[in-house]
Amino acid sequence: MAMLSFPNIAYLIPLLPLLGFLVNGLLRNHLSHRAIALIGSGVMALAFGISLLVFYNIPAGAPTILTAFDFIRIGELQIPFAFQLDALSSLFLLIITGIGFLIHVYSSAYMHEESASHYGRYFAYLNLFVFSMLLLVMGANYVILFIGWEGVGLCSYLLIGYWFRNTAYSQAANKAFVMNRIGDLAFLIAIFWLIARTGSVSFTDLPMAIGTAGQSAKLSSLDITGITLLLFIGATGKSAQIPLYTWLPDAMAGPTPVSALIHAATMVTAGIYMIARSNLLYTAAPLVLTIIAIIGVATALLAATIALRQNDIKKVLAYSTVSQLGFMFLALGSGAYVAAVFHVMTHAFFKALLFLGSGSVIHAMSGEQDIRKMGGLKKSLPITYWTFLIGCVAIAGIFPFSGFFSKDAILLSAFLKSPIFYVIALFTALLTAFYMFRLFFLTFGGSFRGTEEQRHHLHESPAAMTIPLVVLAILSIVGGWVGIPEVWIHGGDRLVAFLSPVIPVSSGHEISHATEYILMGLSTGLVLLSILFAWNKYKQYRAEESESPFARLLENKWYVDELYQAAIVQPLHKLGGWIRSVFEPKVADGAIQGIGRSVRYLSQQFRLIQNGQTGNYALWMVIGIVVILSVQFFLRK
Amino acid sequence: MPINYYLFLSLALFSIGMVGVLTRRNAIIIFMCIELMLNAVNLLLVAFSKMHHLKNLATSATAGADGQLFVFFIMVVAAAEVSVGLAIIVMMYRNIHSVDIQFLNRLKH
Amino acid sequence: MIALLLVLIPLIGGGLTLFLPRPALARPVALNVALISLIAVLLGLCQFTQAANWSYDAEWIQPIGARFSLKGDVLAKWMSLLSSIGAVLSILGSWNTDRKLPARFYGLLLWMQAGMSIVFLASDAFLFYFGWELALIPAYFLSSIWGGEKRIAVTIKFFIYTFVGSVLMLIGLIYLQQLTPDGSFQWQAFRNLELTESKQIWLFWLFFLAFAIKVPLFPFHTWQPDAYEQAPTPITLLLSGVMVKMGVVAMIRWLLPILGIGAFIWSDVVICLAVVGILYASLIAIRQDDLKRLIAYSSIAHMGLTVAALFSLTGFSNNSNVVLHYHHIGFQGVMLQLFSHGVNIMGMWLLADRIESRFGTRKLSELGGLARTAPTFTIFFVIIALANIALPLTNAFPGEFLQFNAIFHAQSSYRIVFLVFSGLGVILSAIYTLNMIRRIFFGETNSATENGLRLTTAETLALSLVVMVVLVFGIYPQAALNFTNDFSWEYVKSIDITRFLAK
Repeated sequence: MAMLSFPNIAYLIPLLPLLGFLVNGLLRNHLSHRAIALIGSGVMALAFGISLLVFYNIPAGAPTILTAFDFIRIGELQIPFAFQLDALSSLFLLIITGIGFLIHVYSSAYMHEESASHYGRYFAYLNLFVFSMLLLVMGANYVILFIGWEGVGLCSYLLIGYWFRNTAYSQAANKAFVMNRIGDLAFLIAIFWLIARTGSVSFTDLPMAIGTAGQSAKLSSLDITGITLLLFIGATGKSAQIPLYTWLPDAMAGPTPVSALIHAATMVTAGIYMIARSNLLYTAAPLVLTIIAIIGVATALLAATIALRQNDIKKVLAYSTVSQLGFMFLALGSGAYVAAVFHVMTHAFFKALLFLGSGSVIHAMSGEQDIRKMGGLKKSLPITYWTFLIGCVAIAGIFPFSGFFSKDAILLSAFLKSPIFYVIALFTALLTAFYMFRLFFLTFGGSFRGTEEQRHHLHESPAAMTIPLVVLAILSIVGGWVGIPEVWIHGGDRLVAFLSPVIPVSSGHEISHATEYILMGLSTGLVLLSILFAWNKYKQYRAEESESPFARLLENKWYVDELYQAAIVQPLHKLGGWIRSVFEPKVADGAIQGIGRSVRYLSQQFRLIQNGQTGNYALWMVIGIVVILSVQFFLRK
Repeated sequence: MPINYYLFLSLALFSIGMVGVLTRRNAIIIFMCIELMLNAVNLLLVAFSKMHHLKNLATSATAGADGQLFVFFIMVVAAAEVSVGLAIIVMMYRNIHSVDIQFLNRLKH
Repeated sequence: MIALLLVLIPLIGGGLTLFLPRPALARPVALNVALISLIAVLLGLCQFTQAANWSYDAEWIQPIGARFSLKGDVLAKWMSLLSSIGAVLSILGSWNTDRKLPARFYGLLLWMQAGMSIVFLASDAFLFYFGWELALIPAYFLSSIWGGEKRIAVTIKFFIYTFVGSVLMLIGLIYLQQLTPDGSFQWQAFRNLELTESKQIWLFWLFFLAFAIKVPLFPFHTWQPDAYEQAPTPITLLLSGVMVKMGVVAMIRWLLPILGIGAFIWSDVVICLAVVGILYASLIAIRQDDLKRLIAYSSIAHMGLTVAALFSLTGFSNNSNVVLHYHHIGFQGVMLQLFSHGVNIMGMWLLADRIESRFGTRKLSELGGLARTAPTFTIFFVIIALANIALPLTNAFPGEFLQFNAIFHAQSSYRIVFLVFSGLGVILSAIYTLNMIRRIFFGETNSATENGLRLTTAETLALSLVVMVVLVFGIYPQAALNFTNDFSWEYVKSIDITRFLAK
């Protein structure tokens, strides 16, 4: 059974969700809720099991390449449909299939009220998403990665617009897809550039392209800068960074488990994955790294400020996601690829937890999402309460929760890059702690502020929803322990060692242990202060919060959506309308019609000569004869 | 008699005919004017024919005879034309009770 | 033999159908004829692959040196496959629509196919011209008898527009024929002319205008949305799926190899027109409320990309294999996309036809909520629409990917500008396609769409065929690329104008 052993068994990882998609999609009208949930989650459980197997079998050295068939092969250009199994992809496989499985289980209860046909559709989309995401991380070259990249965009589109009867939701879905496509265009151009210079798109050819092994480089530094910059623009679309981040908060229109899986844990981290995957190129492009760091820290700060004043439980989490993604890009920009991947992992745990927790809250509140109308949910939702608290502590970055380790690694790398980055990032971390605990206290603390009917319905969610919460909570606590800083335990940062075949370990940082301890102590202390401040302010809800102009600015998200609308969408719309109703009929078609009309006009004029008067014709004839004769007469001379 | 006189006479006849065709509205008069033009040409043909005959008598006995022949042709054609034309005019008169060609402007449609 | 059959089957079949005693028989007879020619193509592709089976040569109009010679190279085979699939889809898709004079309708439809077959297969320029017109005239009658309200005005515009182009081309053909040593119209004779630059510069436009009008390329496109809108949908399907491909095929066969210098000199202008056309048509499509016109404009944008990619291949390689390699990649994209876009757009027309005949409207604003009431139809529509915007794992993605690659390697100082602006078309196409999907399928239903829409067996069959092609060539494009590989390599070498430089 060569097929069922490593590495060939890895083919099954994407194929299983694909199978689930086909079965659930085609037979959704003939299957019961139970069967659909079982198939949808079952394939994920199997895929997770196989991912574990793959994870433990990854050879330490060169990556394992599985080539299924030739996708495109023209002369020397070879783009195989191939999968690459190495430390980075196997880590992502675990995150995707593991969290994916939990969310499938959660969804089986969360979406239970949907009719079988829609329930089947939901699971089919979700499975298709996992399939695309697996293609993305398993792809052995940029084209397969791009296929997954667009595939997850499509699934995100389908799932954001899942409740398609609501026009606003399907508009949000369109927005997400189109903004992603803007980034995708840059990504495509980067691929063309790479093909033009190196003739290959395989990741394994990247070392050759930058010429490490004593060979001359195929890429000039201009090429590398251009390609990496374009790839990064692609990443800003998928991973919701400035300037293409505005789709993510709107994407909260989708069902909450979707937000947890796609818009928090997996898809939005694709940009980080891609840059970590291309780390060889990026290390050779310091200018682009600085740009990434600037964009990352700016996005983190901007999104955090917006999150301060949002009242929709999912919107707060969405902006928090944007902000955390900004952190990851800051890490990438600082050259700390491992820290970014580390944060992807811990963030996947605690943000999935927070989203699922918010789903549990929304479920209990009969669909209410406004935190001003919640409060005091601690008693009725104990499991949700405790797990949500763990999530908040983890994202705030308190020792020994997972967020502490990854955030600390990022802050340290930012400090090494430039103290300015460090200061802004630290400030953002404080804001994060503040708005997360604002959310927490408003939702669970104080007294209940909803309607009587909602109070009547308050209930803890079923086991299918709480078990994933508990599992994720545990992961949110212990997930960071794979990356314990070197200063504490030598060899504690297992992640760096594990990823070293893909991401070369950079030379030791020139920072004293004392400084590192000070930085850690500083951030922990300030975060605790910030939480205290939030507790003081929001332990008891006050309806009238001061409405300063700045607060209004934040509430309206810095008017960025409005700016895009006025500066890009409207002009394009107007231009399209003008071309359609003025230029096309009047100029483009008008020119053609004009030729036709002028022919008609001229023949109308010539027609007048034929007035039917015989004498007239005779006169013309005589004139004609005279003219001919005189011409002849004069020409003969 | 010099050829000039014949030339001027036939030119005058032709011009009268032409002006008549262009200016008159009565179909019969136009018809007569056309005849006048034809006859002006006939006159010219006969005159030139005679001139050639006299000039080339030494070399050819039949010099200029083709001019005379032409005149006969034209007279025959003119006679045929008159018979057809008059028939048309008569039919026209029967239909619209007029021989004014101003009424015959249907060609423009 | 196969080549001759591909012309004769629809020609004779069409004649038979025209004079069928019982009109009810017209549809089955026409479908059978279309199926037989599809089988003939498939046999020719799989079984009788030898060149002898695919070529035919006979005396035709001797005084002017025109011969009835057909030659099936890979391009011709590829397009014959498309055109016979098109005929089958067109007849299947309208299976349940009753029309007046069905015998005439299907007979003319088959004649149109015969004309297109001649265009694809002809290796004699006069025969090519003959087929070019033979395809046009039935299209004219089909649109003006069975079309929409404004059919007369629109089809006259369509006819005159394309005819003007044809006449210019005829002048060019005759001029070239006069230059050949033996007064021949053969492709090879034209190819051997090796005209000077000063002649090619103006001759180029005689041919190019004819082809550009057919494609259609901005700004010669204004006949197209009107014609597509007014023609009966099975005919629109053939027009946009196959007939406009004639323009590109003609450029590939009769323009670039023969007037390579002219094409290279004007390539910047042509690519510029094509790129402007992409943006222009896409912007109109964004604001379009009429489903058929929207699809028409999207077709202009897609064909613009193909033409831009094709003209990016012009130029001289100095016999550098690297340059030829990139041209090879680009031309493979053009070949793949010719077929893929043909199939996809035909699928779009089938869907549009279904919507129009079921709800009596093509206005997006009068539709909505069909996802709930017609789920199966929605799935077909979404898959084909996504293929139209070149989502990966649909057949248009590899084609567009390779085409963009071609533009990236154009021998022009503006190639980056061209690439970026034509790339914007990718974004715009997502906007209008998703908006179209949203407005037809999402939101609440109204009184018209409340009752949904059921697909008949014939329609399901036709749409399944399209979806199958979409997925097969999307997941395994190499199947198509293998088929065209050697031809493409030879072709890019043949259009390389380095041979002129050597002189």
